[in-house]
This record gives sequence, structure tokens and C-alpha cells, in this order.
Amino acid sequence: MIIGQIKEGIVIDHITAGRGMEIYKILHLDEKECVVAMIKNADSKKMEKKDIIKIGEIIDLNLDVLGYIDPGITVNIIKDGKLFKRERLKLPERVFDVIKCKNPRCITSTERELRQEFRLTDPEKRTYCCAYCDAFAK
Amino acid sequence: MNGLNDIMDLSIGEIDELLNTADDIMVHPEKYASLCKGKKLATLFFEPSTRTRLSFEAAMYELGGNVLGFSEAQSSSASKGESVSDTAKTVSCYADIIAMRHPKEGAPKVADMRASVPVINAGDGGHNHPTQTLADLCTIRREKGRLNGLTIGLCGDLMFGRTVHSLIGAMSRYENISFVLISPDELRIPEYVKAAYLAKSGIPYTEVRSLEDNIQNLDILYMTRVQRERFFNEADYIRLKDTYILTPEKLSKAKSDLCVMHPLPRVNEISVSVDDDPRACYFKQVLNGKFMRMALIMKLLGVKA
Repeated sequence: MIIGQIKEGIVIDHITAGRGMEIYKILHLDEKECVVAMIKNADSKKMEKKDIIKIGEIIDLNLDVLGYIDPGITVNIIKDGKLFKRERLKLPERVFDVIKCKNPRCITSTERELRQEFRLTDPEKRTYCCAYCDAFAK
Repeated sequence: MNGLNDIMDLSIGEIDELLNTADDIMVHPEKYASLCKGKKLATLFFEPSTRTRLSFEAAMYELGGNVLGFSEAQSSSASKGESVSDTAKTVSCYADIIAMRHPKEGAPKVADMRASVPVINAGDGGHNHPTQTLADLCTIRREKGRLNGLTIGLCGDLMFGRTVHSLIGAMSRYENISFVLISPDELRIPEYVKAAYLAKSGIPYTEVRSLEDNIQNLDILYMTRVQRERFFNEADYIRLKDTYILTPEKLSKAKSDLCVMHPLPRVNEISVSVDDDPRACYFKQVLNGKFMRMALIMKLLGVKA
């Protein structure tokens, strides 16, 4: 299968195989007018299998969200057909409005327009806690 | 953040400073009697309280300041659906400092983010109660002469007991501390507390069910109430409420210099006949709490003797 190179846009590479669709949805790529290609289970020397998303336009990406979902992702910005910038993601220290606190006693369950905020407490176990009530993300 | 949400917001140095100030207030109360003249403390208590609210109010009066506020959610605009943020912004216009108790965990933190004056967490759900911890630290230091090298037993409701969570966090920063966590299986310490304080710092701890079998090893015994208001199911509360009752007979197996503490109010978990034992320190905690709150109010308002 051949998918052409893009001249201007973003290549989200090294997505854990099977998670591409989740990222496609979170980035709302279905709402974009530009060319978007989702490649599943591509061969990878490093990962054996990986997913790749190619976007034919440079759009704002929330790298913290991507880093939380799949910290192994690489984001390549392409300009004039060449690699302009490469971002290797890592687990973000804080994420906003990605995880919802499940603790019914937490203030986020009642306070209007209060952003859901979680902080990284254990990078090895990828554990996040609610910034308000300290409950673990589930 | 201008106020105090979590005891861990304070460094050990800052806690020492507050403890030293409280010690000095006890000896020289006259030096502090008008330090906060013209200042107002708002006590916003969305949940019932006797000790904490009155302790804050007494603390402010003894500093020469004034107090305003409410003692139940029904007498505030929260009953009309006002948000914590709006309440905090509104009260900032009337008071120089706020003490807030709220059933929702994290509510005082939200208030402190929105208010233009410092907000002190006076207890938020089953989460934190940093000023009780200041009272506890003051009591431990005064009774034992140190805050390190102690085996601390925490007994009762360790799941919803916010004072327990804050005390574990605070004590885990001192040297040679170990914990004996005594509770029924249903009320064991939350995983986040273990992960954040015990596992992270490699603090030795055991989780046990029997008070009788472990009391002889303790330097501090911190009893807690099983809190009816934290249960969604009344039957569970009834089943667990009298799991531990400290009696003179059980206390006879303990060290002669054990320090028995309780954040109060107690229900049945400490027999009244224990009150006359010299090891009973829970009413001293109440008094120490007032002095620590005075020291904290001074610190947050930036006033010095």
C-alpha cells in the first residue's frame, strides 16, 4: 500500500498499534477538511507494528493529551516537503480536561466551569491524581 | 495559592516556625493580644463543627481581631446554588482571611484559587485537615519532646479520616518514623495516601486489624471516629462504628509514656474512664489547636509579634 508524502502538514508516528483510531477521534480529525490518512499496523523496526496518522495541514495539537494517551508518539512537522520539527512526547506533568475525576465527593463533581486537572504522581506506573481531591485516575 | 490547603504545602522549617510561635503564645499571650486589631476572619462552615470553628474564632479574638461567617450551608447562598468560587470572591470583599470547611474534597483549594485573601482549609470531606495536623504536631512535640523516632498507631476509620491522611503526610517527613495502621478491612487507608507518603519515602508500616495485639509497640496512639456522614449506606456504618473501643484494660498493656490522641469529637471509641489517665492527651490537642491556629493566622496575614 502506498500513501504519498505530504508537502505541508503533520505526521504522527510511532503510535502504539491499535490506538490510532482513538487519537484520530480525540484530535477530531473527522471534522477536518484537509487530507487525513490513518495507517494501521504498519511495519516498524522498533515496535514491530505501529499506527501512523498523516494530516495534510499544520494544525494546533495538544501534545499533553497525546503524551498522556501514548507517550511513545513522535510528532513530525513537515514544511516544503521536508522535516521542519520533530517532537518526541513524554508523559505530561499535568493534564487538563482529559481525565474526569470519578470521586463523587470531589469538588469537580459540582463546581461549575471548573477544569478537570490531574497531575502526574508516578511516571513509572503512569499514575495521575486529581489536583483537587488526590483520587487516582481510573 | 495564598492560604493553606494541605499540610504538605508547609515545609518542615515553616512548621517549626509555627510550633515555636505557638509555644511563645502559650507563655506570653499578652504580646499577641492586639496583633490582628482591625482584621477580620470569615469562618465559612458548610458542614457542622464545634471545635474547629470555635478554635478559629477564639484564635482570632485572642489576636485582637474580629470574626464573621456562618456555621451551616443552609444559612449561606450555597443553598441557592452559589458556587464555591463566587462565595470566595464575595467574602474576600468583607474579610482579610477565610477559614473554610466543606463536604466536597478540594473545595477550599478552589476557594483559595479564586479569593483575593488567604483561605485556610478547615476540613474538606474525607480529604485533608491541615490545621488539625498542626494541633497534632504541636501535641506530639510537647508531649514527646520530639517529632522523630516514633512509632505511631492510627486506629479506626483510616479511609475517610482526613486528619489521619494529613498526619501521615506530615510525619512521613521526619526521621525514623513508622506507622501501625489499625482498621477494619473496609476502612483501610486509601491507596493514594500509601503511594504519596509511605511507599514514596520508604516509610515502614504495617496494616493490622487488632488494637490489643499492637498497642504495646506504640509511642503514639491516634484514635479516630467512624464517621456516619461519610457513609452512603447506614447499615455499613452501624456494623463498623464500634469496631475499636479504647478502655483502661487495653491501655494497661501500653507503654507508660504512650500519648493517646484523638481529633474529636469522639463517640464510643475512647471510654470516658480513659480521660483521667495521664496518657490521655486529646483535650490538650484542643488547646494546642487554638495556639497553632493563632500562629497560622499571623503567618498568613504577615503580622509578627
